[in-house]
Amino acid sequence: MDKFALKIICPDHIFYEGDATMVEFTTTEGNVGIFAKHIPMVSVVAPGKLTIHCEDGSEKTCALHSGFAEVLQDSVTIMADSCEYSDRIDITRAKEAKERAQKRLSEREGVDIARAEMALRRALVRLDVAGHK
Amino acid sequence: MASMKEIKRRRAAIQNTAQITKAMKLVATVKLQKARAKAEASKPYFTIMYQTISSMLEKSENINHRYLRKNEDGKVGILVITGNRGLAGGYNNAVSRQVISGFESKDTLIYSVGKKGRDALLHKGFEVEGDFSEIVEEPLYKDAADITKVMLDDYESGKLSEIYVIYTNFKNTVVHDPVLLKLLPLSKEDLLQPETKENEGPRALMNYSPNEDEVLDAIIPKYISSVIYGGLMQSVASENGARMTAMDSATSNAEELIDKLGLQYNRARQGAITQELTEIVAGANAIE
Repeated sequence: MDKFALKIICPDHIFYEGDATMVEFTTTEGNVGIFAKHIPMVSVVAPGKLTIHCEDGSEKTCALHSGFAEVLQDSVTIMADSCEYSDRIDITRAKEAKERAQKRLSEREGVDIARAEMALRRALVRLDVAGHK
Repeated sequence: MASMKEIKRRRAAIQNTAQITKAMKLVATVKLQKARAKAEASKPYFTIMYQTISSMLEKSENINHRYLRKNEDGKVGILVITGNRGLAGGYNNAVSRQVISGFESKDTLIYSVGKKGRDALLHKGFEVEGDFSEIVEEPLYKDAADITKVMLDDYESGKLSEIYVIYTNFKNTVVHDPVLLKLLPLSKEDLLQPETKENEGPRALMNYSPNEDEVLDAIIPKYISSVIYGGLMQSVASENGARMTAMDSATSNAEELIDKLGLQYNRARQGAITQELTEIVAGANAIE
C-alpha cells in the first residue's frame, strides 16, 4: 500500500514523525481516514481518537485535542495543541477531570460553560482512547 | 592614600559581590541551556504554522475575514515580553525603549509579561490593560493560549484596532535583539518575508474543510498563540543569556578591582612598615 509522510507537531515538541499508510482522526466535520494521494486539504481537528496505521500493519492510538491538519499529496501534517499515546494516559486523572467538569456543568452558575465543556470532552476522549487499548 | 583598614574592608565587600555575581552567572547558564533547548523545540511548530498561514493568505486573495480587516477605532494593543527581574544588562530596557519610541502612550494599551517592562512603561504614562507577569519564569503553551484569548476578545469587542507583540529574539548567547511583530490584522505584506518564500513551490489548490472562514477562525488564534509562545521562549532564553553575559563581565570587573585593591593594600602596608621603621630609627637617634 502507498505510504505518506506523517508529522504530528505539538507546540513544544515533535510528537511523531514517520511514514504511515493511513491516519484516522476526528475533524469538526466528523471522522476521517486519510490515505496517500489524498487531495490537498486543510481541516480543523476536533478532540478525538487518532490512529496511525504504520507500514508494518501495526497501529498506534493517541488522544488528540484540537488543532488542525494539513493534507498534501504525499504528506500529512497535524498541528496539535496536545497529543498523547493511549498507554501514557493517566486514567485516574482523566476520571477526576471528568467528574470535576460534570460537577461544574451541573452547577451552571458562575462557571465558564464553554471551558468546562471542553474539559469534559478532553477527559472523555482520554478515557475513550485509554479504554480502546 | 586610604588607610589599610579601609582598603581591606572594601576589598572584602567586593569579594562578596563577586561571589554573588559568579553564582548568578552559573544559575543563568544552567537556565539558559534549558531555555535554549525549549526554544529550539518550539521552532518546528512555529515554522510550519507560519508556512501554512502564509500560503493560505497567499492564495486567498479576497477573503473578507474579521481577523484580516482593520478595526477602525480602538487603541493599539501591544504584548510586551520582558523579565521579572533585573541585573540582566540591557535586556529589559531595550524592549521598553522600543515601545516608548515607537508608540504614543495615549493610543496604546499594554499587555505585559514581565514586571520590569510593565513598570518602565507605567512610569512613562502607558496604560497597562493586562498583566501576565507570573508566567514568565516557566511559560507553557497554555499560558500563550490564555493571553491570545484575552487579546482576541478585546480585538473582537473593538477595544483594540491592532495587535503587536514585542519580544527579544535569541540569536546566540551574546546577540539578542528586540523584535516587534504585527499579529492582527493579518496581511500578506506583513507575513511574507523573503526567507519563508523559498518553500513556496507550485502547490496544488488547497481545499478547506468545512470552509475557509471556519478554518481561518480556528487557525488564526492558534497562529497567534504559537507566535506568542515562540516569543516567550525566545525571550526567556535571551533574558538568561543577557544575565549570563552581564554577570560574567560584573565578575571579571570585580576581580580586576580586587587585584587593584590588593596591590593598594600591600603598598599601604609597606608604607606603614617603612614609616614605623623610620619612626623607631628616629626615636633611637633621639635617645643617643
